[in-house]
Amino acid sequence: MGFFIAQLLTGLANAAALFLVASGLSLIFGVTRIVNFAHGSFYMLGAYVGITLMGVLPGVLGPHFGFWGAIVLTGLIVGLAGALVEIVVLRPIYRAPELFQLVATFGVILVVQDLALMVWGAEDQMGPRAPGLRGVFRILGEPIPKYDIVLICITPFILLALWALIAKTRLGVLVRAATQDREMVAALGVNQRWLFTGVFALGSALASWGGALQLPKGGADLLMDFNIIGPLFVVTVIGGMGSLPGAFIAAVLISVLNVFGVAYMPQSTLVLMFVVMAIVLIVRPYGLLGKEEVAGEHGQSGAPETPIRPFGQRGKIAVAGLLLVLALLPLVTQPFALVLLTDIVIFALFAASLQFILGTGGLVSFGHAAFYGGGAYAAALMVTYAKTPMEIAFLFAPLGAGMLALVIGWFCIRLSGVYFAMLTLAFSQLVWSLVFQWRAVTRGDDGLIDIWPSAWLSGTVPYYYFTLVVGVLGILFLRTVIHAPFGYALRAGRDSARQAEAMGIDVKRVQYVAFALAGALAGLAGGLFVFAKGSVFPTELEIGKSFDALIVVFLGGVKTLSGGIVGASFMAAVEDWLTRLHYWRLLLGLLIIAVVILAPEGIVGSARRLGLRLGLVKHTEAD
Amino acid sequence: MLELRDVNSFYGKAHILQDLSFSVGCGEVVALLGRNGAGKSTTMKSIIQIVRPRSGSVTLAGRELVGQPSYRVARSGIGYVPEDRRIFTALTVLENLEVGRQPRRDGAPFWTVDALFELFPNLYERRNRLGKAMSGGEQQMLTIARTLMGNPSLLLLDEPSEGIAPVIVEQMAHAILRLKAQGLTVMISEQNLHFARVVADRAIIIESGAKKFDGSFEELAAKPEIRDAYLAV
Repeated sequence: MGFFIAQLLTGLANAAALFLVASGLSLIFGVTRIVNFAHGSFYMLGAYVGITLMGVLPGVLGPHFGFWGAIVLTGLIVGLAGALVEIVVLRPIYRAPELFQLVATFGVILVVQDLALMVWGAEDQMGPRAPGLRGVFRILGEPIPKYDIVLICITPFILLALWALIAKTRLGVLVRAATQDREMVAALGVNQRWLFTGVFALGSALASWGGALQLPKGGADLLMDFNIIGPLFVVTVIGGMGSLPGAFIAAVLISVLNVFGVAYMPQSTLVLMFVVMAIVLIVRPYGLLGKEEVAGEHGQSGAPETPIRPFGQRGKIAVAGLLLVLALLPLVTQPFALVLLTDIVIFALFAASLQFILGTGGLVSFGHAAFYGGGAYAAALMVTYAKTPMEIAFLFAPLGAGMLALVIGWFCIRLSGVYFAMLTLAFSQLVWSLVFQWRAVTRGDDGLIDIWPSAWLSGTVPYYYFTLVVGVLGILFLRTVIHAPFGYALRAGRDSARQAEAMGIDVKRVQYVAFALAGALAGLAGGLFVFAKGSVFPTELEIGKSFDALIVVFLGGVKTLSGGIVGASFMAAVEDWLTRLHYWRLLLGLLIIAVVILAPEGIVGSARRLGLRLGLVKHTEAD
Repeated sequence: MLELRDVNSFYGKAHILQDLSFSVGCGEVVALLGRNGAGKSTTMKSIIQIVRPRSGSVTLAGRELVGQPSYRVARSGIGYVPEDRRIFTALTVLENLEVGRQPRRDGAPFWTVDALFELFPNLYERRNRLGKAMSGGEQQMLTIARTLMGNPSLLLLDEPSEGIAPVIVEQMAHAILRLKAQGLTVMISEQNLHFARVVADRAIIIESGAKKFDGSFEELAAKPEIRDAYLAV
């Protein structure tokens, strides 16, 4: 019994930080309708700024005022940083499509990571102890850290204070009004731009308080921002986006569950919370206390799409010429270049499959790596355990990934917009944690090795040809689907779901099939990958891998299939050079933010616009 | 007080307002008449700057409004009541009024919540109800009251009688006449000629975003061909 109570109390104490961070995310989403992927960065900044201040202030103010003053001041400083991000990065893109906002906040993550590295260095830092709270209380014989009890006591007051702020103050009334109709709030004389900035600053401050308050229990490291994204999104999705009490309930639920998971099922701690999330979403698709999102309600809309057209004569000749060059390359180049080209083709296929679901389908999937890595693992598991010949195991890559997409899609397709994005991300984390923790089968982070192609394909040149043929066929297949009636139905569902329904298209079904197709083709790319490298590790399933693909598609241009391919080639080509730089994340992050704000059409779109302006491309020939 | 000169507004490529010019004097109640799609709402939105005119000028007491953010236009003394009401459905009546509250303004009537409840007694009974739990007529009163909380000197009413029970329309006309008696300048867009004639001093008729008539209701009555050509009867 004592052990049980102790576990429960530890869980409740852990919930404090998680709730603070989640409430900030919820608040920002409620008003700005932006899912701030950089929210974890403010959490991390809070921890670092907190440590620095806790090192300085106690000398000036004494231990107690120093410690708690440092926490309060952390919120002010990080809140200001949040305001700066809102003004510089988000203000120009409030009316842009969701994907652009998500990608822009991802750029912020990269920038903050490198800034933190510059200022605080790469080593993990231990958090200082809270003064006067070093010992433990004994409850039913179990030791409970005093600091945990303090956290448990503080949390309800934070919830109460936030609730009062939202429900009882003029600011709260304005915030709630702006959540529904920004334009009308402005027409009534409220400067809503500063309202948004204020909310963003408050949300960032809440995240930083979460980071600073957990310091005595943990510390600060450079992975905090990514590590909290999983639990953070699970909490917001379970609680319901934009609901503070929902975030509170879900934070408590997940934290307590985690503690008991560690105690009773240490093998499945990571998986557990995603399973809970899945169960909640089956029963309540918009979370415990969330409300249904009506698409397009908030006046966000991109520029009208240019209709896609088949390639003209010149385009066909150019593609054929490029393929010919690629086919003849092994005669003249070094093996190293062929390895790089193989990687590019694989990445291009992966990116094209994402572009298909994202650009054509309008479904912003943030967990596409689950299918890429899933395909790789499907093939690798067949080889490892069934000694399946490569030719057959390879087929299991698209097959396995397609099946996985059918399962994940069943949950995700019912939702749209940001819910869909967060859910796909959470599910990809589920797949990752399964692979990571189910060591008996997947060997965890030791990975599966010795996965080589059959004799007739081994060697750089044969495998290059194999990759080229499969990759090109895969991309052509996607192209055919996009230009087939199925593709039209998919785009109809993207542009106006209601009208498409009225025309007799089962939009959800079409999207479900497209999601499975995109998954299968990502798996195909994963299959190519695993036999090219001879091994696969859980990193292929990580959030970072999904974001790689998203950035590539985004840089290339969201609107055309060639965008993904061009972006992948561009990225693979510069990556080698870029990652050698010391602060490459900073550069990449700034580049992403600049592209979002200045050239939202990506490489392909901008190049075409330039071509149009110079008279090099005719309107009718554009793809 | 309000002057539009050669205003041109667009929705994308559609040219909605075409060189529209007119003026509204201090203390006047002007009715903006025209068929569905004539550009009445766009005229209103081009004044409050929700729609940004591509050319031309809109001035309030000599101050240029074009290019200013809506909140500044509102703070300079223009109260806008949109045609689709746009009350905050998840907020109570009192909270809706709070959103509209602005400081006292020189030369404009000063409104308190109590004074508005006296003007619209129905709202008082519903003061703690959520916006979504109100009838269409009550919502319309709430939008007007919410806008008056900003103490405007010029009120823009976009089709206030649309889709509302006749008995409420009558109350609305009564309220508008009271506002006029307090010295408020009002511009009201209408399709309902009868309602317009009761409350307004002057009629401006537009069609396809261009002005077709500007004068008193007596002059309009003398020219039935204008009424037949530009108003749905």
